[in-house]
Amino acid sequence: MIRYLAMYFGSIIKGVKSLLKGMRLTGYYFTHHKEIITQQYPENRDNVPMGDRFRGEVVMLHNESNEHRCTGCTACEIACPNGTIKIISKWEVNAEGKKKKAIDQFVYHLGMCTFCNLCIVSCPTDAIVMAKDFEHSSYDRKTLTKILNKPGSKIETGVE
Amino acid sequence: MNIFEPENKKLVESEQDFVVNVGPQHPSTHGVLHLKIKLEGETIKAVQPHLGYIHRSIEKMSEAGSYRQFSYLTSRMDYLSSHMNNQACALAVEKAIQVEVPERAKVIRILMAELTRLASHQLWWGAMGLDLGAITPFFIGFRDREEILEIFEDTCGTRLTMNYVVPGGVMVDLHPDFQKKVVAFLGRFKKRIKEYDDLVTGNIIFEQRTKGVGVISAEDAISYGCSGPVARASGVSCDIRKLHPYDGYEKLEFKECIETEGDCFARYKVRMEEMKESVKIIEQLIDNIPEGDFQAKTKNVLKPPKGEWFTRVETARGELGVYLISDGTMKPYRVKFRSPNFSHVSALEHMSKGGKIGDLVAIMATLDLVIPDVDR
Amino acid sequence: MYDFSGVTRGIHEFLSGHFSPLGVTLWEMVIAGVVLLLSLVLIAFTLGYMERKVAAFMQLRLGPNRVGFRGTLQIVADTLKLLFKETFVPQAADKMLFNLAPIIMVVVTMLSLAPIPFTETLQFYDMNIGVFYVSAVTSIGVVGILMAGWSSNNKYSLLGAMRSGAQIVSYELSAGLSIIVIVALSGSMQFSEIVQSQANGWWIFKGHIPVWIAFVVFLIAGTAELNRAPFDMAEAESELTAGFHTEYPGMRFAMFLLAEYLNMFILAAIGATLFLGGWMPLHIGNLEGFNKVMDFIPPLVWFMGKTFLIVFIIMWFRWTFPRLRIDQLLTLEWKFLMPISLVNLILVALAVILGLHF
Repeated sequence: MIRYLAMYFGSIIKGVKSLLKGMRLTGYYFTHHKEIITQQYPENRDNVPMGDRFRGEVVMLHNESNEHRCTGCTACEIACPNGTIKIISKWEVNAEGKKKKAIDQFVYHLGMCTFCNLCIVSCPTDAIVMAKDFEHSSYDRKTLTKILNKPGSKIETGVE
Repeated sequence: MNIFEPENKKLVESEQDFVVNVGPQHPSTHGVLHLKIKLEGETIKAVQPHLGYIHRSIEKMSEAGSYRQFSYLTSRMDYLSSHMNNQACALAVEKAIQVEVPERAKVIRILMAELTRLASHQLWWGAMGLDLGAITPFFIGFRDREEILEIFEDTCGTRLTMNYVVPGGVMVDLHPDFQKKVVAFLGRFKKRIKEYDDLVTGNIIFEQRTKGVGVISAEDAISYGCSGPVARASGVSCDIRKLHPYDGYEKLEFKECIETEGDCFARYKVRMEEMKESVKIIEQLIDNIPEGDFQAKTKNVLKPPKGEWFTRVETARGELGVYLISDGTMKPYRVKFRSPNFSHVSALEHMSKGGKIGDLVAIMATLDLVIPDVDR
Repeated sequence: MYDFSGVTRGIHEFLSGHFSPLGVTLWEMVIAGVVLLLSLVLIAFTLGYMERKVAAFMQLRLGPNRVGFRGTLQIVADTLKLLFKETFVPQAADKMLFNLAPIIMVVVTMLSLAPIPFTETLQFYDMNIGVFYVSAVTSIGVVGILMAGWSSNNKYSLLGAMRSGAQIVSYELSAGLSIIVIVALSGSMQFSEIVQSQANGWWIFKGHIPVWIAFVVFLIAGTAELNRAPFDMAEAESELTAGFHTEYPGMRFAMFLLAEYLNMFILAAIGATLFLGGWMPLHIGNLEGFNKVMDFIPPLVWFMGKTFLIVFIIMWFRWTFPRLRIDQLLTLEWKFLMPISLVNLILVALAVILGLHF
């Protein structure tokens, strides 16, 4: 009988103790507001903490004189699992009078992209990179189809 | 015609049977799992899972991609252990094209896999608390997971579906800050894991809810094909990292966490122990990542010979098998994934029969179901 | 000094100058009703905001902080949103009961607010069986839950309602027994007299261990009667989606929420009145200076402070603990709380007879 009572009250005390332990933790967090980890998103838009290699969207690099490094080899188009990239090429006559293949439009369907990075890895001339912009939401699907080479841009000299 | 009619007839034996549809939209099924449960009062008489709500035919889609392309899809199977899924595919392709992976890549793979395991278990811990009615653990679990995801974001560029482990090694080299950040995180996490114990492990309500609930014996666990923490909680030694080491797990010192009770609390303890073991594994490797290439030299287009290969890895949920058939072209002829959660769902009825609705929720929580992994 | 009697007398004299005695009574009832409703809504809003903030800070979040100053108007915005939602009734529902259930919940809650003394003079109806009245009226609330669960014609709702029925019937016992402890000590069921009996010290201080036990039992049983976590079997989000109010949209759902918050307030107010001295300020022995300072704080602030302390404890429970299973819930009541409060009542009865308390 005594033993049973001791067990009965022992279980109550043990249970209450375990509950108080949890309440101590939540009480600690309630009083220590510096532990809060929430970020205020639209306010901190200018300095959202983001990894250096964040995959936001594919962009083509252009230098100051509006030149890119894309030769139009379609390695990225082949590497893409979703058909996100479509390269439309044209024939250009260079300074020496030779006909040479160049890109007319580098079409990038952002809506289909899964950001797998395979195109970036496959590019032999490092013409395209991943940019950090991530606010892609749009009311019109057309805006998600982008042409990555800027109008009037040319291929950088020396890139084969 | 109602396509569910035949199943309904099976489940409903008389007019008195009380059949409740749990899911496909239900807070505790963690996705679109549809369970039909037959109740008598609060007691569960039968459980019938219905699958297919998130079937994306990943196996079929894999046949359309090249050997470099298909593995990124597997990140979307068990999205909480996407590194390990990619690793399983990479191992299969490497076995097929017979490429030796550089040491550095192997170590990076293990580091990433163990970090993923930690993140996955942290999420499971929080979500389990949520299922059992405690909401605060969810946020504490997510706080710690967030730090791991930030480490992933630094190196891989994405947080959930990384596509970082590729045939031949890893996609890019580690971020220069990787080592520093991981060490800092481990230091914090080792202190924080005590909070997990304070808030949930010792809690009397939690113990009452999980002890002796959803018991599955070792024999049943084996015959249902359970693996990972679920089988280990029943006393089955099934850690692929120990039994069939890959990528250099054989060189590491870690314990296979085994409990014998087979109930929800044992599964909980196994996962908590695994977190501590993962921390140990990472600590062994983080200070001596070998220098060298992060990727083996491979051809641009992978073309394995005709043949069949099978590889398996231990994901956070259990054993993931990849069965690859090649017909000698540049695309796989057939890819079959053996996913751990599919087997666990089949054991659900066995575990929850005779329990209450609350028990079913606790069992689902400790099985750690990821529905896209069940359906694929 | 901090008294509303001047205001009420002023209103009474103003009305008497313009209307016949019957008209005065009617107008006074209308004014009292409007004031009551407004204060109830204000209390519910405060509790809603408090719950969100408490939950947020315990969960490493910031909580609402966009609408109004530090998110204080968030709950108003949410109420407006709910007002504009379609009041949808499921086709197979029992329409009359479905519409009646939330009204019953709110009406019951308002009824039970009548005898609670906010201050010495601010009390709607000081009846001599106040404690009995409150415990009788609050138990009607379960009828509302059962009606909601039954009329929704939804399996989850039905399960939730049945759970709630079993739960409230059981926990009413130990809540009642722990209230009787105070009734025995103070020798009255009238709230004003119970408060007066604590003029020389709150029961929690002068009642020794039995009152402590009664207070803890009251808190647990009260939380269970409120259907709040860790005893939220009737809602049980992860098991029954939303339990008895799964099918309720818009403003009807908001009425359930209103009833829940007001019930929480009433429970805390009863706890504060019975155990913590109601609007009585804290006095310590012969420290004259300290007592003077304490007297300077208005009684309404004392009452609200104590009430919100208990509310905070109940919220603290909710955001820390996992939910119990239905059978464990009943085990806790019948095997632990009931026997303990029965033994406790005998101890208190002995103490009262032998004059052991001061």
